[in-house]
Amino acid sequence: MARVMRYVVTAAVVAVLAMGTGPAARGLAAGATPLKIGLLAPTTGVAAAPGHDMINGWKLWWAQHSTTVAGTAIDTTYYDTGSNPNQALTQARRAVEQDHVNLLIGPYLANEGLAVAPYAEEHQVPLFLPTVSADDLTQRKASQYVIKVAGWSSSQTTHPAGGWAYDKGYRKTVTIGDEYAFAYESVGGFAQTFTEKGGKVTKQLWVPLGTTDFSPYLSQVTAEHPDVVFVCVVGADAVHFLQQWTSFGLKAKVPLLVQETVTDQSSIRTLPPEDVVGIIAFSHYAEGRDDPATQRFIANYANAYHALPSYMAAGFFTAAEWIQLALEQVHGDVADQQAFLNAVRTVSVPDSPFGPQRLDPYGAPVENVYVRQVQRTPARYAGDAKTWNVVLKTYPGVSQFWTYNPAQYLKQPVYSNTFQGIAK
Amino acid sequence: MATFYAQNVLGGLAYGSLLFLIAAGFTLIFGLMRIVNIAQTAFFLIGVYVGLMLLNHGVPFWVAVPIAGAAVAVLGLLIYRVLHPYHADELTSLLLTIGFTLMLEDAALAVWGGDPQSVPPPPALAFSVQLGTLVFPSYWLAMIGISLLIAAALFFVERRTTLGAVIRAGVDDEEMIRGLGIDVDRAFFIVFAIGAFLAGAGGLLGGPITGAYPGLDGELLPLAFAVIIIGGIGSLEGAYIGSLLIGLVGTFGKALFPQLSYFTIFVPVAAIMALRPQGLLGKKR
Repeated sequence: MARVMRYVVTAAVVAVLAMGTGPAARGLAAGATPLKIGLLAPTTGVAAAPGHDMINGWKLWWAQHSTTVAGTAIDTTYYDTGSNPNQALTQARRAVEQDHVNLLIGPYLANEGLAVAPYAEEHQVPLFLPTVSADDLTQRKASQYVIKVAGWSSSQTTHPAGGWAYDKGYRKTVTIGDEYAFAYESVGGFAQTFTEKGGKVTKQLWVPLGTTDFSPYLSQVTAEHPDVVFVCVVGADAVHFLQQWTSFGLKAKVPLLVQETVTDQSSIRTLPPEDVVGIIAFSHYAEGRDDPATQRFIANYANAYHALPSYMAAGFFTAAEWIQLALEQVHGDVADQQAFLNAVRTVSVPDSPFGPQRLDPYGAPVENVYVRQVQRTPARYAGDAKTWNVVLKTYPGVSQFWTYNPAQYLKQPVYSNTFQGIAK
Repeated sequence: MATFYAQNVLGGLAYGSLLFLIAAGFTLIFGLMRIVNIAQTAFFLIGVYVGLMLLNHGVPFWVAVPIAGAAVAVLGLLIYRVLHPYHADELTSLLLTIGFTLMLEDAALAVWGGDPQSVPPPPALAFSVQLGTLVFPSYWLAMIGISLLIAAALFFVERRTTLGAVIRAGVDDEEMIRGLGIDVDRAFFIVFAIGAFLAGAGGLLGGPITGAYPGLDGELLPLAFAVIIIGGIGSLEGAYIGSLLIGLVGTFGKALFPQLSYFTIFVPVAAIMALRPQGLLGKKR
């Protein structure tokens, strides 16, 4: 008898679990049930620091605003992706299949995002990407479930850079990029617009991720005598690059333009001002932007965490606002997933720390791109950061397609180490 | 063009000199105790972080170097206590050191966070020298000299002291010197301490070049392996020559064939494995 009972109980448990992962549990919950959000962020492994910034930005918004929006409670669970695509996918599964979240937000690394995106689409769970910028997720592989809420696309900030550099009188460039998709796309955006104007790319150097010694690459830069150098490296590579760019004497000799990750707060935090002051980056975010929304955000952030926020922190802060605005628009009703996602797609955030943001039909933001420069922080932030990024020029409302016709643009392949869009 | 070659020769020598600080301890521990101490580069990482903490508290660079080394030596000896009973079993000791590596990495992340840190060189060497058209950071030049001094000190200990005689004999035939009544375990203890000290002090010495960030140890480990495979297990001279060779080959590989940078490092390794498996200066077993 006991055995039969055990069998029945087991069967019941299995049935409940199976139903739980069935279609009924997918999508957004009904009525007054909370909006359950799974936040995927690396809090261990190589990307732990940006992961903490993401969580800090998210928590800052909800510390200032009620987590009940239009009668719907927002319930966030945090999942550690371990800076690893396999673990990111496992954690996304856990969030969706065991914890029944209605919405995934994160992760950080492009390869984590690429691992999670197909899963989210297959299970019809919305995935919001405030930091993952891989071009194709909102271009050739766009999906109605994968949306760059408060995010950006890799080549979105570097398309304006090519024309800017040409107009400055630069004609010959060498590029340096980390050997992976994010840098291929970032450098490609610059290379395409620079060469279409008539500039020449004389050499492209791809360095392995985790390069500590840039001196062999710098020796090639010197040998090429370029007018300007364009660089896209991330994390610790950015710190090494900036240090050696100065100590091998290039900072004084060769103009340098960079993708925003190179001079993001997360990289320049530990570097002495003389290594970084004056460097120009192209970005969707600038913590030193002279605007009340940006300055309110960074003052609150500095107050809470004693550091100036990176773009990852700003992305998750703004994504929280975005979700709040969309929820208000649907009066807290998340039972109709399509209605909620439509609200997310049509909401515009007029005064985010990034500036005005809205989404294009492909799920990527249309937003300002800044030409920004590293400068010493003013006295009020001297205890939080040595240097920050101030805006020299604003390109308002830049699309991920720049000035190209989207249909035409999508006919060319995504930027890679073999396709850089270079005009002959 | 002369500038190009000069920069890469100097850059390669500096980076190779840095590798020697890791590889020296690695090869001694490996040669004498047959322990493949995977944690050697994690010791280096802890050395950078401890050293950076000292610098941030105003300790002068050259004082912080031996303190960082001593701190890591103490840590190393605690690990050694666990490791010692298993040292004869190569697989168990290898797996143990992998376990300790993971623990050290996570401990470093918990204590010092994940932001990449830069380590300032000592103020007297914080400038760049100009040699014709070549600009080169003076600390990188100093690295070549520092490493040479440390190598000379280690050669002296190995050649001219009783401890050195025991180490050399132990590398050749451990059972025989045990049979002669020599306290080999004491030599093990000292060698492990020296290896950990070198890695810890080397951490801060190398810090102005490598910085400190999670994953640094994993970047250095394959290079340290390459060095001792080329140099020969248990040979200090081999480790020194191997370090400079890997530094130069790596640098010129990246400068001349940037798409093949990893490949160029492991070409000499593969060649040595095929033609001279005991390494350049290793002994046949």
